[in-house]
Amino acid sequence: MTAQSPILTVSNASKEFDVSAPWLNRVLERKPKLFVKAVDDVSFTVPRGSCFSIVGESGCGKSTVARLVTGLYATTAGDIRFSAGSGGEPVRVQMIFQDPHSSLNPRWRVGDIIAEPIREMKLRASEAETRERVEELLSTVGLAADDARNYPHEFSGGQRQRISIARALASEPELLVCDEPTSALDVSVQAQILNLMRRLQQELGLTYLFISHDLSVVRHMSDTIAVMYLGRIVEMGPAESLFNAPQHPYSRLLLGTIPDIHAPHRDRALQSGEPPSPLDPPLGCAFHPRCALANERCGRDLPELLSVGAATVRCHAVEEGRAQETSVSEAV
Amino acid sequence: MMMQAVSPPDPTPDAAALGAEAVLEVSNLTVEFPTRRGVLTAIDNVSMQIAPGEILGVVGESGAGKSITGLAVLGLLEAPGRIAGGEIHVAGRRIDMLSEDELTKVRGREMGAIFQDPLTALNPLFTIGVQLVETIRLHSGLSKEAARDRALTLLREVGIPAPRERLSQYPHQFSGGMRQRVVIALALAAEPALIIADEPTTALDVSIQAQITALLRRLCKDHRTGVMLVTHDMGVIAETADRVAVMYSGRMVETGRVKDVIHDAQHPYTKGLMAAIPSLHERVETLTQIDGAMPRLNARPEGCAFNPRCPMAGPRCRRENPVLAPAGRNQAACFLHDGGTE
Repeated sequence: MTAQSPILTVSNASKEFDVSAPWLNRVLERKPKLFVKAVDDVSFTVPRGSCFSIVGESGCGKSTVARLVTGLYATTAGDIRFSAGSGGEPVRVQMIFQDPHSSLNPRWRVGDIIAEPIREMKLRASEAETRERVEELLSTVGLAADDARNYPHEFSGGQRQRISIARALASEPELLVCDEPTSALDVSVQAQILNLMRRLQQELGLTYLFISHDLSVVRHMSDTIAVMYLGRIVEMGPAESLFNAPQHPYSRLLLGTIPDIHAPHRDRALQSGEPPSPLDPPLGCAFHPRCALANERCGRDLPELLSVGAATVRCHAVEEGRAQETSVSEAV
Repeated sequence: MMMQAVSPPDPTPDAAALGAEAVLEVSNLTVEFPTRRGVLTAIDNVSMQIAPGEILGVVGESGAGKSITGLAVLGLLEAPGRIAGGEIHVAGRRIDMLSEDELTKVRGREMGAIFQDPLTALNPLFTIGVQLVETIRLHSGLSKEAARDRALTLLREVGIPAPRERLSQYPHQFSGGMRQRVVIALALAAEPALIIADEPTTALDVSIQAQITALLRRLCKDHRTGVMLVTHDMGVIAETADRVAVMYSGRMVETGRVKDVIHDAQHPYTKGLMAAIPSLHERVETLTQIDGAMPRLNARPEGCAFNPRCPMAGPRCRRENPVLAPAGRNQAACFLHDGGTE
């Protein structure tokens, strides 16, 4: 087992949701069944000890991928494989959710919330050892041992997210799936949580699958980034290359429109258009109605993922070399 | 933009200096919430001015009082919240003493509002056209046909494609970004002097957010409308606002031009806040963090509200409450710039 071996391999995973009208309505109104393809043929691998991030706008399917990986949803097609854990047993996976207000049981004391996985999985032999472990976890995430006696409402948003992290760590996981872990937090608190997550990664050798819409957070955390648009990965590559030389027109759009306090671009020409409805995705490349580089082929054929340098990109324009001719500012 | 109504004489020298030019002038505003466990001061002695065509960003973390400031100006504070002190002038007219009926006339005509969730700002039972025409007629007395034409012009101005067809559609037929454009059109309907925009882009995706902030900026410059842009997102402020006011625990801790506050913050809180934002340009090992959290309103410490989290705090910070004083090119409420912390 080398350090570079993937801890998680997702191959051609797809997830469809049935959003049909109720049976009687369908029969009376002669409507067909209706499916939304939330995740369409997504493949990636996450190397052990790294942070793999998925970015995209709402509805692109990034949270669905997180739920597929944690088994909260079953895949419609494709494969999700974990390698063996460090001790030979299966890899333990835990999840950190966005909203620490709804992901902690308000009727339980913090100590019980954190102890539940330990008791459930019988990770400690006695109650005394369990309590000791809870105290250790609380101090790991920067809370006091006394805090175990309190209820979640007595904590601020940032502290509650620390409790969520402590609970996730309780089962000694190797892979943490984090779905927008800092989106509900204020910036100064977000920095505390991101620093904590980075420290834990180094100390415990954790692997993160990080889901976020915030590109600056993603840049801070990730080794590899996948950009999703309407259920598909459109570009995937090392964080540095994606930020310094984004290839796909959608990645360029995202990077070009994100507000930047150090270099605000107030007078840029704005790309118009909005993401299409996932119920009725456009033919060909899903991005072509908004794309400045789109031609007739983009509206007809779905582009394949192709390797371009260190990244893989799903774009006809990049494949045909049309993307290089336009600078980033023109494309956005 | 001046109202025909006579403005009452200004008691504060501050306000007089700015003259009747400002579309919004808030002086020493204090907002209180009486509760069973005592009176909570949500806004503590806050003053601000907005000139025609100017965008003032009001930024702060949740609970800092930025939204309450916007609501107080609109006269939409929910009971038991009340304005306990200070004055609010909109387009030269004092409005904090007005009755509910008079305020309703000022709201809409003199002040427009844009809130975070465009779906709740629109009535789902009426078409966009009906809502726009009603608002326009209420404030202008135009005929139905003229109001319809004006509605079309407004929709075109906020960038809604095929406005004629869109007029007869319901809010649910619009996407989030398009809905927010309709809300902006509604806010502009009566050509108000001032728009209060409370987190107008927070519910939107980044690529749409950029479109809306650019639109807001263009319209405000074209119409010479003053905008109070309330947001938690410093990025939005950097892209949109001219000046910024940073709030912490109900008080204004720093204010100045956007560029100066971002690149040369003077208050330790603002400095920390700017450094805590992950950079898009370089990756650092650890982000600057401000330890602790903003105090709750019922547990605000003596002296400067930031002192328990402040690395520079001295004994005076725990004793006295600093007021805004010149600091660099900005104004900051910090003893580091006003006589020292000893």
